[in-house]
Amino acid sequence: MTIDMSQFYQVFFDEADELLAEMEKLLLALDVSAPDSEDLNAIFRAAHSIKGGAATFAFNDITEVTHMLESLLDRIRKGEMALTPDHVDAFLVSKDVLTMQMDGHHHGSSVDQEAVGNVCLRLKALSLGSAADTPVPAAAAPESVKPEAAPVADADGNCSFRIELPEVPQRDVDALAAELGLLGTISQESLADKRVVFTLTTPESQDSIVAICSFVLDPDDLKITHGGAQTGAAEAEPSAEDPGYGLFEPVKADAASQPVAAMAAPTKAEKPAAEAKNLGRRATDKEGGSQESSSIRVGIEKVDQLINLVGELVITQAMIEQRISVLDPIQYERLLNSVGQLTRNTRDLQEAVMSIRMMPMDYVFSRFPRMVRDLAGKLGKKVEFVTRGAATELDKGLIERIVDPLTHLVRNSVDHGIEMPEKRRASGKNETGKLTLSAAHQGGNIVIEVSDDGGGLNRDRILDKAKQQGLPVSDTMPDGDVWQLIFAPGFSTAEVVTDVSGRGVGMDVVKRNITAMGGTVEIRSVPGAGTTIAISLPLTLAILDGMSIKVGEEVYILPLGYVIESLQPASEDVKDIAGQGQVVKIRGDYLPLIPLYRIFAIEPKFTDPSQGIVVILEADGKKAALLVDALVGQQQVVVKNLESNFRKVAGISGATILGDGGVSLILDVSALLRSSRQLNADPVFF
Amino acid sequence: MSKTILAVDDSGSLRQMLAFSLKAAGYGVIEAVDGQDGLNKAKQHQVDLVLTDQNMPGMDGLSLIKALRALKNYQSVPILMLTTESGDDIKAMGRAAGANGWLVKPFDPARLTEVVKKLIG
Repeated sequence: MTIDMSQFYQVFFDEADELLAEMEKLLLALDVSAPDSEDLNAIFRAAHSIKGGAATFAFNDITEVTHMLESLLDRIRKGEMALTPDHVDAFLVSKDVLTMQMDGHHHGSSVDQEAVGNVCLRLKALSLGSAADTPVPAAAAPESVKPEAAPVADADGNCSFRIELPEVPQRDVDALAAELGLLGTISQESLADKRVVFTLTTPESQDSIVAICSFVLDPDDLKITHGGAQTGAAEAEPSAEDPGYGLFEPVKADAASQPVAAMAAPTKAEKPAAEAKNLGRRATDKEGGSQESSSIRVGIEKVDQLINLVGELVITQAMIEQRISVLDPIQYERLLNSVGQLTRNTRDLQEAVMSIRMMPMDYVFSRFPRMVRDLAGKLGKKVEFVTRGAATELDKGLIERIVDPLTHLVRNSVDHGIEMPEKRRASGKNETGKLTLSAAHQGGNIVIEVSDDGGGLNRDRILDKAKQQGLPVSDTMPDGDVWQLIFAPGFSTAEVVTDVSGRGVGMDVVKRNITAMGGTVEIRSVPGAGTTIAISLPLTLAILDGMSIKVGEEVYILPLGYVIESLQPASEDVKDIAGQGQVVKIRGDYLPLIPLYRIFAIEPKFTDPSQGIVVILEADGKKAALLVDALVGQQQVVVKNLESNFRKVAGISGATILGDGGVSLILDVSALLRSSRQLNADPVFF
Repeated sequence: MSKTILAVDDSGSLRQMLAFSLKAAGYGVIEAVDGQDGLNKAKQHQVDLVLTDQNMPGMDGLSLIKALRALKNYQSVPILMLTTESGDDIKAMGRAAGANGWLVKPFDPARLTEVVKKLIG
């Protein structure tokens, strides 16, 4: 029977990824001086499981590394070897190498063989290093050899080895036979698939055989099993050409009805009873087979298709709602009730489907402990890394895009935020800096914060630098505005350009990436006490709560998250600023007025704010009043990308299909507010 | 009437391969993710053969075998141990626990069905 093993690869890769991540997490949390035996076991099991899978699917390079890892871990967990920080480092490096190898097999990416070699050497050195003070000399098994039973020598000190060659040319076989023949007596046989198997009886060790064979072929392809070690007791029926399995008792042809267990004697009466039960249970057995796992893996494109379909359903449902709104509620009471039900169900369905795409922030957070550890080690700093709210969920699309900006911020905090231990001690702080990464829901947003208790931002230095770069600054700027300067392109205040960060690129990219996701970045910093960078992101990009507004004949959608209130101002509250448009006085504050009709050049019903409606919007901490003709309503809209279907339009972030089938554009509120700032460059009103 | 096999392994890919190979050979397969799960499933469904991994979190293979042998209707059901080690000690322990045989991982699907056929036809 031939089975295409590649069909199981995906599961293996997914599983191995999880196991590696788990292993790393455990390793990082491990207390080297007093490791928890359960943790050690779990780490061992992870290596063990990966090895098992890799061997089964013939990823020999992965098997090789995991085998060494496993052997070392096994000795450590059994207490034969003490755990040292060196071990943990080597294990972490092995994890990286394994990830790389896995990617190589999975995505065809390149594998740095030198790194693989180095980690093998390192693991080997570790296992050899303490071999002297442990009673287990055989633990440092050469990687190319399967962990077989220790050879048992015969009276003359000879051992018998079974050497299975890969497919090689006949002349190589002859050459090997001649070479190995020098070690002892050799016999040769051919397998069904034309491969050759040697049986060698020799006083030499397995290592010598591998050494000789490696002149001719890759030792990895070699399968050496110990042929003479059979103690006879365990295997009554070892398969003649194949020691891969064995049965403890000889099994007859009709074994099915009479399997004999070594320990438990079967009672004859029981078997028919069991058989009868089998008949009755067959149906449930089948069901049992299909409900094994509590989770399933589904391709992301299937989920996206589902979300898209639900989006269409939401639109259709909105259409129906709009159509029936003209009906007489008494005459059509039951129809209206049913539609009300449909609305609720659609909303539930939509929420349920959206939740499929939601992933816990842990997906991102889990990569940082390692990074912080490595970075801190490199820089000679002491950093305690804490995550909070790792279970907070975020849309998969966003979670993947937040990784890079977050990585940058965490790096910055370790590199520039947290001071060197001496400096911290001098300023009366704990030598170990604290870096906190947290996520929490706030309304319709998720707020992710990178917070350190380092030196904080240096206001004077940022201002100096900004002046050097010719940015418009004043010494009386509020802190919040000063901090935002570090997001300017090419801005870096770090005195030393380190390997890690501080080249002056990055913060602007961070800001741009987050803005592109519909999010905002805020900085809070106190000199000497630390810096917090807060990223606020919408939970999902696919569907938003919108407010429809009307200007002339056009209907636009305003994302509800930006809307604070809407009102009709009294005419005396609207003031003209010479050359800079108008401002509206709202509860003592003057807000710039953005006449939407002028931005999109459409004919409005009202040009006088006291006749139309102003909607107060807030984005990036700035407020403005948007002048529109009327409010139409509030509804959930499915965001359709305008760029991929048409092109990017300034002031528009996307489009949606309305209940009546018409297309409506979604306003890009941040961009509108920015453009108003350019119109009215006077900061007094902000 | 096809026979049913309980396959216990904490590795999903291995489990999937076991299930696939055995189903291809005409057996019904119930999967379990660890010893405890295996024991529960064995209690729920009377199976004709148990295949169990040795190294698993929680209840390991040997404990599972012992627990199964303590059950009245599993005293004579063949149990095969899957193990990455082929040392005599693990075989002896398996034998003492009540396993009927062992199969070294990694194995080839053909070898798996071969040994299963020997046990339950």
